[in-house]
Amino acid sequence: MRQDSLLTIKNLRTCFHTYEGVLTAVDGIGLEVYRGETLGVVGESGCGKSVTALSILRLLASPPAEIQGEILFDGKNLLNMSLDEIRQIRGNSISMIFQEPMTSLNPVLTIGEQISEAIKLHQGVTHQEAWSKAVEMLRIVQIPSPEIRAREYPHKLSGGMRQRAMIAMALSCHPRLLLADEPTTALDVTIQAQIVDLMERLKEEIKTSVLLITHNLGLIAEMAKRVVVMYAGKVVEEALVEDLFAEPLHPYTQGLLGSIPWMGRKMKAGRKQLQEIPGMVPSLLEMPEGCRFHPRCPRMMDICRKEEPPLVQKDGRRVLCWLWK
Amino acid sequence: MHETIQTQVIRNPHRQTDSQLRRRWAKLRRNKAALFGAILILIYLITALLAPVIFPGSPSAPNLMKSLERPSLEHPLGTDELGRSILGRIIYGSRVSLLIAIGVVCVGLLVGVPLGLISGYYGGKVDFGIQRVTDTLLAFPGFLLALSLVAVLGVGLKNTIISVGISMVPIYIRLVRGCTLSVKEQTYVEAARAMGTRDVTILIRHILPNVMAPITIQTSLGMGTAILFAAGLGFLGIGVQPPTPEWGAMLGSGRAYLFNAPHVATFPGIAIFFAVLGFNLSGDGLRDILDPRSKL
Repeated sequence: MRQDSLLTIKNLRTCFHTYEGVLTAVDGIGLEVYRGETLGVVGESGCGKSVTALSILRLLASPPAEIQGEILFDGKNLLNMSLDEIRQIRGNSISMIFQEPMTSLNPVLTIGEQISEAIKLHQGVTHQEAWSKAVEMLRIVQIPSPEIRAREYPHKLSGGMRQRAMIAMALSCHPRLLLADEPTTALDVTIQAQIVDLMERLKEEIKTSVLLITHNLGLIAEMAKRVVVMYAGKVVEEALVEDLFAEPLHPYTQGLLGSIPWMGRKMKAGRKQLQEIPGMVPSLLEMPEGCRFHPRCPRMMDICRKEEPPLVQKDGRRVLCWLWK
Repeated sequence: MHETIQTQVIRNPHRQTDSQLRRRWAKLRRNKAALFGAILILIYLITALLAPVIFPGSPSAPNLMKSLERPSLEHPLGTDELGRSILGRIIYGSRVSLLIAIGVVCVGLLVGVPLGLISGYYGGKVDFGIQRVTDTLLAFPGFLLALSLVAVLGVGLKNTIISVGISMVPIYIRLVRGCTLSVKEQTYVEAARAMGTRDVTILIRHILPNVMAPITIQTSLGMGTAILFAAGLGFLGIGVQPPTPEWGAMLGSGRAYLFNAPHVATFPGIAIFFAVLGFNLSGDGLRDILDPRSKL
């Protein structure tokens, strides 16, 4: 263990039992979030990023989802906790920001009520104290005239304002870990930049670790220190941000980086078009044998079709691919 | 320009809420049927509250000298077989009918809403259990169910309210369960769970207010049905017992004199008709007003 680890996920498997069969959304992943750092998790839609985050807080309604493995938060396994214990963790030590700010606030409660509810829940303060703390949180996330906004309903706020309010709510109890599930996806670009700045600043102020889930590699480059790349429920590569962008090891990561449009930069020699990864993420019911990426992989070898690749350690990085064996 | 807009909003934070109320009121005024229904209910309500003022005499004291009299100045709607003023009995009957209507929806709401919330929110075995009981209750026509419950519980005002109320419970369970199923999938419910909120709090503070609109509509429609059911039980002689003035029972006793004194049965029938009409029209109107998608 290089650094002090706050969250350690070991061999996490999350399956859903459906009528069509067992869907394994997350298949034996392992990752660590160190204190004070931002860990980025990237991957295409449907590769298990959000399910990982929801598994951490055990928010997947217990049956039909089945979570196996170990999720150690501060040395304690969240999966063994009673419902009351995990409720003490939720919103207090670990909180979460969701993707859609338009729907993640309750339309019938005022912004202030929603934030102070969270504060009252975990800090045992009176209504007035909770309210003034909520207003203070709104001020911290730079919402203008917070006293008035606190008394308003979510429909009066724009998407960016609502996401700020969500961040205020998530950070109101000074969590040690913030799960940000695509926090900027639903916002337009200028607002995205403001939210990113805000999250960066608050992260430093309240010294929280962040698990940043996104499919936006630009956001990862901006915020994260280390990156985990996921594909079809598996971690396929883990590296420091600089290393990953300088030299992606896994063909999937190479494909992801190749498919980013770079403004003002010439295409690499011989390429006229933006690169793409052919095909799509395989259905959870029809996982290909061997390496899960082999049907789409430009560097597929015979062994990839037959055997699952091992997790290779290379220069302090990890990659799940036969190429580096 | 931008500055002025900003200050206006800050000075008057409740402006939009006011305009929303005004918009709803405008909607109601344009919806003539709903307005008519609301006025009918209001008339019944005032009548029930001011019954002793409007009709000073006793509605139950018999006066056999004046039995089955036709409408006159002294008795505007005539008298029944015991010589009691039909107008007075209808006026006092509105108290009984409104009491039943309110009592019945209270029973329906108190039992049906929590069960519907629990059934929809928890799902699984709990949901299965509650829904099979609901299926069983819904398999009976509502009136038949109320009738059989009266057979078990016995007659009288209290038992009428309980049995008609129970016959309405499955409707509320289904309605609330359905709405809960869609609301609980909303991100804000998940966000509340992610904040560590207790299930009870989520149900009461986050889900219930979001399913209030359909409940309100069903409550208004349910009051109309309740009056009809209670009158039906009264007509069969197993509802509210004489001498309490009750519209259904009046209709029942007037049936025997339908040919020589038709007014005895006609006027209570009209009273029932307009009461049910009022609740149904205002229920429909509420649906239009509370539905954010209908832009009248």
